[in-house]
Amino acid sequence: MSHVDLFGHVGFDSMPDQLVNKSVNHGFCFNILCVGETGLGKSTLMDTLFNTKFEGEPTQHNQPGVTLKSNTYELQESNVRLKLTVVNTVGFGDQINKEDSYKSIVEFIDAQFEAYLQEELKIKRTLHSYHDTRIHACLYFIAPTGHSLKSLDLVTMKKLDSKVNIIPIIAKSDAISKSELAKFKIKITSELVSNGVQIYQFPTDDESVAEINSTMNSHLPFAVVGSTEEVKIGNKMVKARQYPWGTVQVENENHCDFVKLREMLIRVNMEDLREQTHTRHYELYRRCKLEEMGFKDTDPDSKPFSLQETYEAKRNEFMGELQKKEEEMRQMFVQRVKEKEAELKEAEKELHEKFDRLKKLHQDEKKKLEEKKKSLDDELNTFKQKKTAAELLQNQAQQAGGSTTLKRDKERKN
Amino acid sequence: MIGHTSVAVGGLYGEKASGPTVDFSYVGIDAILEQMRRKAMKQGFELNIMVVGQSGLGKSTLMNTLFKSKVSRKSVLATSQEKIPKTIEIKSISHDIEEKGVRMKLTVIDTPGFGDQINNENCWQPIMKFINDQYEAYLQEEININRKKRIPDSRVHCCIYFIPPTGHCLRPLDVEFMRRLSKVVNIVPVIAKADTLTLEERDFFKKKIREELRANGIDVYPQKEFDEDAEDRMINEKIREMIPFAVVGSDQEYQVNGRRLLGRKTKWGTIEVENIAHCEFAYLRDLLIRTHMQNIKDITSSIHYEMYRVRRLNENNTVVAHANGIPEHHLAAHEM
Repeated sequence: MSHVDLFGHVGFDSMPDQLVNKSVNHGFCFNILCVGETGLGKSTLMDTLFNTKFEGEPTQHNQPGVTLKSNTYELQESNVRLKLTVVNTVGFGDQINKEDSYKSIVEFIDAQFEAYLQEELKIKRTLHSYHDTRIHACLYFIAPTGHSLKSLDLVTMKKLDSKVNIIPIIAKSDAISKSELAKFKIKITSELVSNGVQIYQFPTDDESVAEINSTMNSHLPFAVVGSTEEVKIGNKMVKARQYPWGTVQVENENHCDFVKLREMLIRVNMEDLREQTHTRHYELYRRCKLEEMGFKDTDPDSKPFSLQETYEAKRNEFMGELQKKEEEMRQMFVQRVKEKEAELKEAEKELHEKFDRLKKLHQDEKKKLEEKKKSLDDELNTFKQKKTAAELLQNQAQQAGGSTTLKRDKERKN
Repeated sequence: MIGHTSVAVGGLYGEKASGPTVDFSYVGIDAILEQMRRKAMKQGFELNIMVVGQSGLGKSTLMNTLFKSKVSRKSVLATSQEKIPKTIEIKSISHDIEEKGVRMKLTVIDTPGFGDQINNENCWQPIMKFINDQYEAYLQEEININRKKRIPDSRVHCCIYFIPPTGHCLRPLDVEFMRRLSKVVNIVPVIAKADTLTLEERDFFKKKIREELRANGIDVYPQKEFDEDAEDRMINEKIREMIPFAVVGSDQEYQVNGRRLLGRKTKWGTIEVENIAHCEFAYLRDLLIRTHMQNIKDITSSIHYEMYRVRRLNENNTVVAHANGIPEHHLAAHEM
């Protein structure tokens, strides 16, 4: 390969334009994760950074665990369309026992990597239209105590530094005075260094931004103040927080580092953040995940497609197990149905028998009663006959001795 | 403590922040375009073009004309190997070129021997194998556990097919080749040495060729099915109506009307290569380089390569012979 000189204008200097045009047509996506205790002004800072009002009310302090809430917004500036996703940690730092606080955050970040990895490993994939949800920047909000980092902060940042670009910021920094702030920043930086926490360094390899990036690197962590309310200063409306003793202007570099944060995060390094996420953090995740699943890169004389093979084999194994489980469950279900059916049949039979019995009893009774009735009727008849006969006799007797009876009666009377 | 850096930053972008005060409603999202451009310039670009056609059709000259430099194989290798090779060879030469700060690694893949034998049956096979080998190499890199930050891209982005200026119609060899290869790579057919055709002959020839391509179901670049939206379609339809471009190549400059132009000088006049009244070289150059280069690369990576990947991953054979192996069977499986 060699270098040749051109003897005329070819025109491939339009390549960067062609590339940029394609990206503009496609749109960009940027995902920010805000980690910090409740009440540190995460939502307000996002609103201030992007100059809009993202929805949502302030969260309560009584969450039982840390959950992550993510919202996606479509922003547009001139011809650039940005799909911005802001993920907030809800309930971070509110629990009594915070040992597991970092876990849900790590799981969330891993889940986004996993989703991308799955898409990349698919046979039929659509990577160029995939909505990338991987976290590009993690803003870690440090409470403005003025002393040092909390152990929760150190633990969390240590767990996150190999998974995401961490940009630590001091929240609500209008609570600290300038001299305290300088000391605070030094303390934080030295604690991060001594604990081996790797925060995101703004890149200094490109000459056009190397200078500004290295200056900004020395100002980390940025001390920010957020506000969406506007206050009149002089003859202009500025974003500020108004106190009885003065007004903190958000975009005044003497008051806080908000402008620096915006410059670094959005105007200078957004693309680098995306690139680092993809080439460093995602690759690390992918490597670990694949090694964990049992893949190896090929040795010189082993089969080149062991990755796909092993993947297929594992997949088949998994599907086999799944099918087996399904079969088992189906069998169990069929069994239960059979048993229940048998039970019900039994019950039905019993009922029939009972019914038959009762019917028979009823018939017997009826018969008995009829017999009794009959015998009673017979008796009645016999009685009637007897009665009629007796009456007849009586009448005859009366007629014969009727006169004597009368005479006797008369004699008695006299 | 906090320095006044806002002015310096304003100067970096020039347009919005023109002083210590910043425009309130401006967030700065569109600065990502500039960031992207910077990164792209830093990384440089890659382009791999393959030229296919019988010897003597001016392939090397056209490449030199397109890139205004001696990039073709003939310019680089000794001219002692002028004889036509007995079999098709694939020769790939790379150059670093730079224009206005944009660096490009250009690889020209030449195929000497194509169509030159008496029996040209299956002459597309070594070419198809080469193209598939590049896809294979990329795929191997992609599925590695430890992969490179930037996978080197040797995939053939575009294959320029040279049609001899017979003036009648396509030959069976042309049809066969383009039919098979249009399925794995972007094909741009050109009518070579078009200075032997008059304008009417040229139009007739082009119409015949387009008909034949349509009749055989050959989709050349820009393919209809990959038009993204109405605007794309409009632009590409205009191009499709002009295909194949009738080109003339030259790396010699002549004085014409007081200007030095690339051309071919004959007794009856000088053909100006970059004059669209004379030949369609400028259209080809604009398509390939100035407007559609990114699109060509995108279609290669997101469509042709993905198709190869799907086929490959669906195969159940576990043994892939790298050296000799099973080229026939391999290609037969990929020929559709």
